[in-house]
Amino acid sequence: MANKRNAVLVPLIAILGGFVLGALVVLGTGRDPLVMFSAMFQASTGINPATGGYNPRLVGEFLVQVMPIMLTGLSVAFAFRSGLFNIGAEGQLIAGSTASIGVALFVHAPPGLHQLLILLAGMAAGGLWGALPGWLKARFNVHEVVVTIMMNYVAFYLNNWMVLKVYGTIDGIKTVKFPESAVLRDSFLSSITNGSQFHWGFVPVLLAVAVSWFLVEKTTFGFGLRAVGFNKEGARYAGMKVEASIVWSMAIAGAFAGLAGSIITIGTFSFGRVLPGMEGYGMDGIAVALVGANTAVGVFLAAILFGALKAAQTIMQVNSIPKEIASIIQASIVLFIAMKLGIDYLLARLSRKAERADGEGSKP
Amino acid sequence: MNILYTMIPMALAYATPLIIAALGGLFSERAGIVNIALEGIMMIGGFTAAAVTVVLEPLTPMAGYYGLLAGVAAGTVYSLLHAFASVNLKADQVISGTAVNILAGGLTIYLAQIIFHQQRTRSFQTGLGKFSFPVLGDIPVIGPLLFKDVYPTFWIAIILIALTWFVIFKTPFGLRLRACGEHPQAAASMGISVMAYRYYGVMISGAFAGLAGGALVLTQDIQYSAASIHGAGFIALACLIFGKWNPFGVMGAGIFFGFSQALSLYAKDIPFLANIPLEFFYLLPYALTVIALIVFSGKAVGPRAAGEIYDAGKR
Repeated sequence: MANKRNAVLVPLIAILGGFVLGALVVLGTGRDPLVMFSAMFQASTGINPATGGYNPRLVGEFLVQVMPIMLTGLSVAFAFRSGLFNIGAEGQLIAGSTASIGVALFVHAPPGLHQLLILLAGMAAGGLWGALPGWLKARFNVHEVVVTIMMNYVAFYLNNWMVLKVYGTIDGIKTVKFPESAVLRDSFLSSITNGSQFHWGFVPVLLAVAVSWFLVEKTTFGFGLRAVGFNKEGARYAGMKVEASIVWSMAIAGAFAGLAGSIITIGTFSFGRVLPGMEGYGMDGIAVALVGANTAVGVFLAAILFGALKAAQTIMQVNSIPKEIASIIQASIVLFIAMKLGIDYLLARLSRKAERADGEGSKP
Repeated sequence: MNILYTMIPMALAYATPLIIAALGGLFSERAGIVNIALEGIMMIGGFTAAAVTVVLEPLTPMAGYYGLLAGVAAGTVYSLLHAFASVNLKADQVISGTAVNILAGGLTIYLAQIIFHQQRTRSFQTGLGKFSFPVLGDIPVIGPLLFKDVYPTFWIAIILIALTWFVIFKTPFGLRLRACGEHPQAAASMGISVMAYRYYGVMISGAFAGLAGGALVLTQDIQYSAASIHGAGFIALACLIFGKWNPFGVMGAGIFFGFSQALSLYAKDIPFLANIPLEFFYLLPYALTVIALIVFSGKAVGPRAAGEIYDAGKR
């Protein structure tokens, strides 16, 4: 009972703590923390709290920020449920992106089918990039954390090599533009959001949330994964295929991240890119999964929160609050959640104190 | 042959921060705390070193050394965050390390914006200058390679390798530290404070990684920016694994990875390497680490209790 309550309470306390800490940093460096909160409000609702003006473009851009981190959040959360820490969503995302660029440029198909093929290619590549560390874990008992960290950088440099040398660039940074049949952007979605980059990527994202929820909570397969995460040896004793579960769990986690790569590539952009550095979607995913307590619904809500924080960065920067405050807040929240055992202990002590106070109060 | 004369010093310069940071990771992991936060601590050390150097350069020719010291101090203080979370509050060490990494990336650039009003620190003039040993530099072959025009940080790294080996394997402190990483409950039963030793381990790793960050920025960059450290902390982690948690192994791995980085610059001049894409050299350390992990698997190589949350009641 107390555990279930804490599953909601701990993230909420962590979020509160993260924002208080962020506000203190802003205050300590001589800026106004209220600007930060009003920027988040404006970025997510499109309403300027100072003037009352409404700009739907901001809402569109906010949703564009939410999509990839919702998917990397699902990726990390899915692996967590079977006891695996997928720190490699970043690399799986890049692998998905690299594959998507190839299909977008070199496969010719009618619109609709083409996008579908690209998304499937991204999921397959991300899935393979996730399945490999899963297999290494299952077969050789090699820790997935170190392997996925290393594979992030392998994916990063492979992508840059593929884009530069295999796909070919026009200026050393990006490939030629994808054909119209390959992109997710469209004039209708753009027009209802005042010319934002909002695109059809939200459809596969919502599907992914639903599939993840269904798989984990409602199927025998998902039950097996959770059993492995809860107690590996217990699951083995019950006759479950632990090794296969680990590989599948990482493959599916990788597929979610790969899908994120596809959506960024053909939604937010419409050309392949040489990456200048890690873009941090995988790290965002860790924060999203932890705050969302590794459930699909939690990830959905947490991605909206962190999406708002990311979307607010431009407005904050304009108002002379360095946009990196978003990473500071995000990191603090993750740190507070990591201290879960400590917070649990604190909550237990508080509730004991409250009980004692109640007990004393009820005495005549 | 001439290529080797220029390439070896360069490879050693690349290897220096990797080795120093990996030695730091060695102290932490030998004490039982997994430290994927090396990357973040290096960022803090690099930023502090660059900022202090920029400010002091007009005042003193020793600015780079003060910068290094400031990097060590900042790294030590910053690592307390990881220690506090994972020792006192029993946080998952990987998650705590991840948070420490994200925070460092944000905090350094945030502070750069506040202090220097741009996305990076101002650029410094010389950073750390090279120097030559008077007599040793004249020895044929190894003189020019090791003693002439070298960065002082290279020799600091060499000293630290020997020191680490001595402290870890030849002193009571090292024995107790290792005990905390192998079987903390047994260590505790002998009256060793596991908490205190894990704090020492993480703080030493903070000092080393801070120094490494400073050494990297002051010798290989002209300022601190978000791209300065990019992955070096994780290559250091790779060195630690590749070097089997042993100081001399770490040295070998560090030099090897340093060479792979230097080769990327020289490959076009070496006939049989000219056709290998640059990216291959960049990803080599990461890919080799995965292979090393497979080869080591099944053998007890790393500290046994690293990554486990210490539970005094466990048997």
